[in-house]
Amino acid sequence: MNGASLRLCDVACLRGDRLLFRGVSLALAPGGAALLTGSNGVGKSSLLRLCAGLLRPYAGSVDREGRLALSDERLALDQDAPLERALGFWAGLDGAATGAVRAAMDAMALGPLGPVPVRMLSTGQRKRAMLARVIASGAPIWLLDEPGNGLDEASLALLGDAVAAHVARGGIVVAASHQPLPLPACTTIALGDYRPETAA
Amino acid sequence: MRALRLMIARDLRQAWASAGLWLPVAFLLLVASLYPFAVGPDAAVLARTGGGMIWIAALLACLLPVDRLIAPDMEAGVLDQIALRGIGDEMLVAARLIAHWLGFGPPLMLASLPAAALLKLDAGTILRLEAGLLLGTPALAALGLLVATLTAGLRSSGALAGLLALPLAVPLLIFGAGSLGDGSGAAIKFLGAASLLMVAITPFAGGAAIRAGRE
Repeated sequence: MNGASLRLCDVACLRGDRLLFRGVSLALAPGGAALLTGSNGVGKSSLLRLCAGLLRPYAGSVDREGRLALSDERLALDQDAPLERALGFWAGLDGAATGAVRAAMDAMALGPLGPVPVRMLSTGQRKRAMLARVIASGAPIWLLDEPGNGLDEASLALLGDAVAAHVARGGIVVAASHQPLPLPACTTIALGDYRPETAA
Repeated sequence: MRALRLMIARDLRQAWASAGLWLPVAFLLLVASLYPFAVGPDAAVLARTGGGMIWIAALLACLLPVDRLIAPDMEAGVLDQIALRGIGDEMLVAARLIAHWLGFGPPLMLASLPAAALLKLDAGTILRLEAGLLLGTPALAALGLLVATLTAGLRSSGALAGLLALPLAVPLLIFGAGSLGDGSGAAIKFLGAASLLMVAITPFAGGAAIRAGRE
């Protein structure tokens, strides 16, 4: 995982004809973590998509070294497939080691749900399945959009453990959340401070 | 290359699970069995016009699966997850095209045999029909996929899909149906050329459409 990095330099994001934020800078080296906070609609998800390269910045630059894993509000698992096979497709594309899916499912307490079709999962189980996809990918950079949504206390603790272990291994985590998350020491970016009106 | 193989396998499994494979086949057989009721059971008329009718049915059948080719995966975030892994949108569309043809072309060619029997086509015509479909179905699959990428983000995409596809489908229909009664082989060569063009531009045009839809 060494050599991974994520660097945002003076980034601005335009959605439609509205400038969501500007002047956001962030540099994460291996073992770095950042938490994006702010109210709904402030642009947390857009910033994560910018980090992922799915959106182009309106101004500034985004530089990445290393593979990415993203968990957003969309499950991206085949509804009719058993959970283990649906996760296995992504692990295959990621070139993850055999057993990575099993280990990730165990880390998210999804062990017994392997043969269950994805559409039968509950809200919390879906969120955990998404996180298991991120863990199984073996990618050094994790982008987590509201990872704590729909998770109970025990699952939140599992999430905290997984993130802590990833950072300890030299991974990078960027999480966006409007609720407190059990993250290790990290940079916090309150996106509300970067709105054009308040920054002007 | 491994990514391409994995994506093709996944798309095929999805198509099989959603039973979308049978829709074009059922449509073709339905048209072939209704046609004799409409024009009468005169074997000579059926044999002369039946091949063209099968081509029209094949062309319209390529529009049936349009709404399940791209839009559901776009909404579910599958396309973004694939892009995130550094796999180009062109590669994604190419994989989809191969998987879609495998689930569309051969079943349609098989279904054309009973359809040809219903329409009293002779052996020579059936042979030319199958050869034409072998060359033409990749283009029909590409056309359906291209239209699916262009209309993926839109509501009521069905009607628009027809309007977008039909002008592009006209050369295929002319050369495909033309090859049935043509001894010189010119029409089938034109069909091959039109098909090659469609298949070659689809990954690039489709990839660009998906990228534009992401912004």
